[in-house]
Amino acid sequence: MDAILLQIMNGLDKGGAYALIALGLTLVFGTLGVVNFAHGALFMLGAFVAVTLNKLLSLSVRVKDESVTMFDAYKETPYLELWFGDVGSQVINWSVPLSILIAIPLMLLIGVVMERGLIRHFYRRSHAEQILVTFGLAIVLQEILKLMFGANPIPQSTPDVISGSADLSMIFGIGETISYPWWRLIYLLFSLIVIGLVFSFLHFTTYGMVVRAGMADRETVELLGINIEKRFTIVFGIAAIVAGLAGVMYTPILPPDYHMGMEFLVISFVVVVVGGMGSLPGAVAAGFLLGLLHSFASMTAVKDIFPGIDQIIIYLVAVVILLTRPRGLLGRRGVMES
Amino acid sequence: MINANLASPRQDLIYMLVFSAVILTMPLWLQPFGAAYPGLLQKFMIFGILAIGYNLLFGLTGYLSFGHAAFLGIGSYAAVWSFKLLSMNVIPAIIFGTVMSGLFAVVVGYVCLRRAGIYFAILTLAFAQMAYNLAYSVLTPITNGETGLQLSQQDPRILDRMFGIEATSSLPFPNLFGITSAGFYGFYICAAVMIIVFFIALRIFRSSFGLKLRAIKSNQTRMSYTGYNTRPFLMTTFVISGMYAGLAGSLMAVTDPLAGAERMQWTASGEVVLMTILGGAGTLIGPLLGAGIIKYFENIFSAFNENMLMDAFSFLPDWMAEGVAAFLGLFVGDGWHLTLGLVFMLIVIFLPGGMMEGLQRIWKLIRHGRHKRDHQSKSQQASAEEA
Repeated sequence: MDAILLQIMNGLDKGGAYALIALGLTLVFGTLGVVNFAHGALFMLGAFVAVTLNKLLSLSVRVKDESVTMFDAYKETPYLELWFGDVGSQVINWSVPLSILIAIPLMLLIGVVMERGLIRHFYRRSHAEQILVTFGLAIVLQEILKLMFGANPIPQSTPDVISGSADLSMIFGIGETISYPWWRLIYLLFSLIVIGLVFSFLHFTTYGMVVRAGMADRETVELLGINIEKRFTIVFGIAAIVAGLAGVMYTPILPPDYHMGMEFLVISFVVVVVGGMGSLPGAVAAGFLLGLLHSFASMTAVKDIFPGIDQIIIYLVAVVILLTRPRGLLGRRGVMES
Repeated sequence: MINANLASPRQDLIYMLVFSAVILTMPLWLQPFGAAYPGLLQKFMIFGILAIGYNLLFGLTGYLSFGHAAFLGIGSYAAVWSFKLLSMNVIPAIIFGTVMSGLFAVVVGYVCLRRAGIYFAILTLAFAQMAYNLAYSVLTPITNGETGLQLSQQDPRILDRMFGIEATSSLPFPNLFGITSAGFYGFYICAAVMIIVFFIALRIFRSSFGLKLRAIKSNQTRMSYTGYNTRPFLMTTFVISGMYAGLAGSLMAVTDPLAGAERMQWTASGEVVLMTILGGAGTLIGPLLGAGIIKYFENIFSAFNENMLMDAFSFLPDWMAEGVAAFLGLFVGDGWHLTLGLVFMLIVIFLPGGMMEGLQRIWKLIRHGRHKRDHQSKSQQASAEEA
């Protein structure tokens, strides 16, 4: 029982990350009609915002270690700690959550620049060309990050207060103790909040209503005198923010390196396709579904029956879904069905 | 550039003769470029075959596959197994590798070709990822996991034993009836294969079959309305294309008898797409050109370092040379992939037809002075589509 509960939690966690990336991917496809292979790179950029902030905050200087009296010893002390004492070290400790504040405007900027600078010129071109140019962009971005940060993963730590494990049995009221990292619970909660925010933005604001109208029938909205292109640019920015935030919060779980974007991209594309291109609820549902399936397939009991199933389950599901239900789980009729 | 509509068998014969001559004399005319050593020449041939095969699918039918690396990997594994079980002779290995990846292509094609466009791309990608992941995990008895599949002295090699060829004390190397396939011999074996498969590709381009594939690319619906069932055509092309990739994979094993799963990673599929686009998708010679250029510059660029750049710019004042070298240093050595990504983006943005389109534009400029504009825009359009 507790093993199953643990797998459910693991699956929801992973599903949260998949859903966040896939949400942005499908949002961009639904509005701009662009297949963005550089979306994984945005996820990666978000993760590296957290890395950069942590590096900046913990810029250090060599000071004499006063606790050692026998000889002259030096230790690296971050400036923040020198200037602000305990508050400074707390700030460094909380660098990952703090990065969220920086990531939001930064990712918006990156997204808007990307859309205005490159993607805009590809609206009228074929999907194949969109895939190719964004694939090139993804290579360029990841290579730049590799030049800047090196090829090795850079682990990030969670704030000390929440670095321990929660006891799931307390939360669910089951007898045995099941420990589960707090941060993963927070990640799940965070992804649900972000998903909720995106949906309420689209459904409960006038701006979002116009965007949805534009998704349904772009021409009519334009005929009504609305500059839909400008709004779609903002939507691209929002998709970039969502991917970036997913990346920032994922850093303590998976140490970021330069090819994490590509790894997540492939899976998120599968998620989007399973959910139905352009369908937001589909992307979220498929994200959690595939996350759950993947974590259940990783259980030893399952692996004993079907060896290697954990490696291929996601792709297998994608193949089956695409062949039996061409427009995905929740895809709209007529959108990219061929 | 030969226009498909006008090319007579005679012209094609000349074309093939010139092509063969150019390929076979590569060790000579690549000397000044510093590329005339066997390892690189073999790569030119192998990736050329891969790109030509990929182009048959993508260039003619417009189906963007992101899974060709899987065929490459399967070809390699099959060839190495042929070395292990049957014989160190090259011929069974090539046949075995090509047939195995052909069979895999039948399965993958049967499933994936039910869908088109981006779905086709995702489906092929899914299959390639499955193959890659399985090669690393469950299929380790066949693929030898991360170590890669290698030859050993205890291999059975049934055919070799039957004909009384015993392994010497050292590890055996693949050979063609006694001629080793290392070094320049390896290049000439690859070149011979290349000339054969290029001829097949040429025949496909010129045939009515090729024309039907182009019709699928330009408008599949209309093609179906005229009474053609497009699926068998697509299926045939997909399998041929997969077999080309398997052939390239088995040649990789022939020139260097080990196979690893990293060949099947999807970035490897991306590389093939790059080559085809860079050279010019849908043209006969373009993908070959693209493969050659990428492999050439990969070799040159990744060997560069900042000291060499400093030497190269030593004619500049010191402070300037340092700046230039530091800046260019970002793009060579480990930064080679950055250059590749940038070039790729520029090509897709400004020159979607690849280098062949670039050459044609230059050709147009030259001819512009001689002919009147209206006369030639027509013929240019035709050759741009067909060459």
